Amino acid sequence: MRFLLVEDNAELADSVVQRLGLDGHAVDHAATLSDAEAHLEVADYDLILLDVMLPDGDGRDFLARSRDRINTPVIVLTARSQISDRVGALDQGADDYITKPFDFSELEARCRAVLRRRGGLARNEITLGAAVFEPNAGTLRHGDAVMDLRNREIRLLEVFARNPGQILSKSQLLDRLFSQDADVTENAIEVYVGRLRKKLDGAGVRIETVRGLGYRMSL
Amino acid sequence: MTRQGASDAARGVRPSWPIARKLTLFLAAIVALLALVSWGMVTSFAREAAGRTQDNILAASATSIAETLRSEGGQVRLELPYAAFSMLGAISEDRVFYRVAAGDDVLTGYADLEGPDVTPGEPSFGTLPYRDMNVRAVSVMRVILADGEAVPITVTLAQTRGGVRGIAAGLSRQAAYLSVAVFLLAVGMSAFAVRSSLRPLNTMAQHVSTRGPSDLRPLRRRGPPELMPLVRALNRLMDRLGGSIKRSEDFIAEAAHRVRTPLAIVRTQAEIALHSVEEEAQKQTLRRVIRAVDDSSRSASQLLDHAMVSFRADDLARERVDLPALAEGVADALRPTAEMKDIDIALAISPAEVEGDAILIQNALRNVLDNAIKYSPAETIVRVSVGNGGGEARIAVSDEGPGFGEEPAAHLMERFKRGDKVEGVVGSGLGLTIAEEALSAHGGRLELGRNVEGGGACVSLILPAA
Ligand SMILES: Nc1ncnc2c1ncn2[C@@H]1O[C@H](COP(=O)(O)OP(=O)(O)OP(=O)(O)O)[C@@H](O)[C@H]1O
Ligand SMILES: [Mg+2]
Repeated sequence: MRFLLVEDNAELADSVVQRLGLDGHAVDHAATLSDAEAHLEVADYDLILLDVMLPDGDGRDFLARSRDRINTPVIVLTARSQISDRVGALDQGADDYITKPFDFSELEARCRAVLRRRGGLARNEITLGAAVFEPNAGTLRHGDAVMDLRNREIRLLEVFARNPGQILSKSQLLDRLFSQDADVTENAIEVYVGRLRKKLDGAGVRIETVRGLGYRMSL
Repeated sequence: MTRQGASDAARGVRPSWPIARKLTLFLAAIVALLALVSWGMVTSFAREAAGRTQDNILAASATSIAETLRSEGGQVRLELPYAAFSMLGAISEDRVFYRVAAGDDVLTGYADLEGPDVTPGEPSFGTLPYRDMNVRAVSVMRVILADGEAVPITVTLAQTRGGVRGIAAGLSRQAAYLSVAVFLLAVGMSAFAVRSSLRPLNTMAQHVSTRGPSDLRPLRRRGPPELMPLVRALNRLMDRLGGSIKRSEDFIAEAAHRVRTPLAIVRTQAEIALHSVEEEAQKQTLRRVIRAVDDSSRSASQLLDHAMVSFRADDLARERVDLPALAEGVADALRPTAEMKDIDIALAISPAEVEGDAILIQNALRNVLDNAIKYSPAETIVRVSVGNGGGEARIAVSDEGPGFGEEPAAHLMERFKRGDKVEGVVGSGLGLTIAEEALSAHGGRLELGRNVEGGGACVSLILPAA
């Protein structure tokens, strides 16, 4: 996905850009509202991540002002989680909000939900041997069969698909996909990998166990 | 209304004497005094007038008797004129006494009747006791020449006073009736006037008390000029209150921004580092950092929410709330979170309406649904049902998680109380406290139970139906 991050704190902006980059997203950074306007004039974004307190104005005012010109979905980053504030952000035309500090898996889940609602989730096909994986639709096509994948399976398969041939340890996968979900243990990873293997069966792609190290997808 | 009364008493607002009663009583006292004084005056005028009439008639009669005095052959003679007595009879049935005397020599009449002292020319009046009665007497003196000698003749005429008193009493009674009538009328009218002139005050109070909890707009109602100082003072107070609320909100916003932005940096950096470090011990440290950040952020949010809920519960908004729409909104907001765990939120909705503060109810449901998602294992279903029955509206959230176990349910609604199976799950222990407070502000309650079908928890939000 291609993000425009509007955030005045340079350090936070840098780390968010870097962190989203790890998941394969492209992020442009604007430090002010006017900067953001300039970016929006020259480029298209899937999503805008908008801070509320900016040096040249309130992010929500910007939202109210530009809602009819700019059709890009907006997720507001608020520092306040107060009820009235949340309601306010949504009233002013934000698609969703997330409270700082945020979990990137949750941010991603919210982005997807917003894009799905807005019909803005691009088709994105990844060929895995004889099968076609569509992470945004959550399906795996193999011949005539279309299999629905569950959210966690999708995220896991995405990581494997983006890092073919690379060994991924269980704890790496754990941190990457489930960061703070307490119920996910390394055992659970085994369960999900087992399911993916079954679904990929016969497609010519395999998720191999590398003894003591983790898993590797080989095309 | 009773709630209002109770809370007024609790806040120590004890009313002094009501203005309306005070004013009415004051006006009534004045009117009573005036009525009494005017009745007294009428009574004394009546008595005086009746007395004067009697005096005039007595004088006229005595004079006409004296007129008939003449001397005949050295003898003083008189004829009692009938007219003189009929004049006296006109007043009433009063008894009449007379005496005509030349010096001490009684010519005719009642010898024992002693009139007031008299000089020739002028009649003289007096009220005196006579034969156990009180009589009004007049004496007239006339000098007659008899045998070339001037003989002073005194004519004394007396009459009892019953008739005069009767007339005066009649008049006084009439005056009393009139005074009482005027008094009653005046009291009624003053009560009415007092009430209607106090009405703008009541209207204003009504206007202020029916406002929403955060409506601090100045009063714009027209009213009598006497109320303007109060209106202005109220408006100034609301202005100041609005200002200080705004300042504290700004302060909270600024503080939250200043604290949460660096926390977000720490969390993001820790996530990035987690991607690159290899060593398990380091990873563990980073996970702990993330966990601590999440804990403090959650606590701050929940503490603020709790404060906000208490504030709003103090002065509850009363608007119609459509529970199905509210439940759908909350479910939509939490669905991305649920999806991360492959949890489905299934809604079973039938119409239900309550009266209250939508934001509070929303927050209560949000906390309950958040728990259901948070404490359930992946790939399960959380069911939210909304319905109406037996005068109550109910939103039930059931999950397939571990349930509440042996923990006594009420205990979990206390501040900062968490269950014993929560290790690894971020939380502050305020969620159920907030939900319970929001519901009881509406006269509702939170029920923690067991999900009979799925084996997990079933939490019901119960509100009186609108
Ligand atoms: N659906 C549920 N299933 C099992 N246990 C629950 C459920 N809901 C609540 N609990 C228990 O009740 C306790 C109190 O819940 P509460 O929502 O008040 O606090 P919390 O979830 O720990 O923190 P937070 O304030 O962040 O919500 C929880 O710690 C948990 O042990
Ligand atoms: Mg909770």
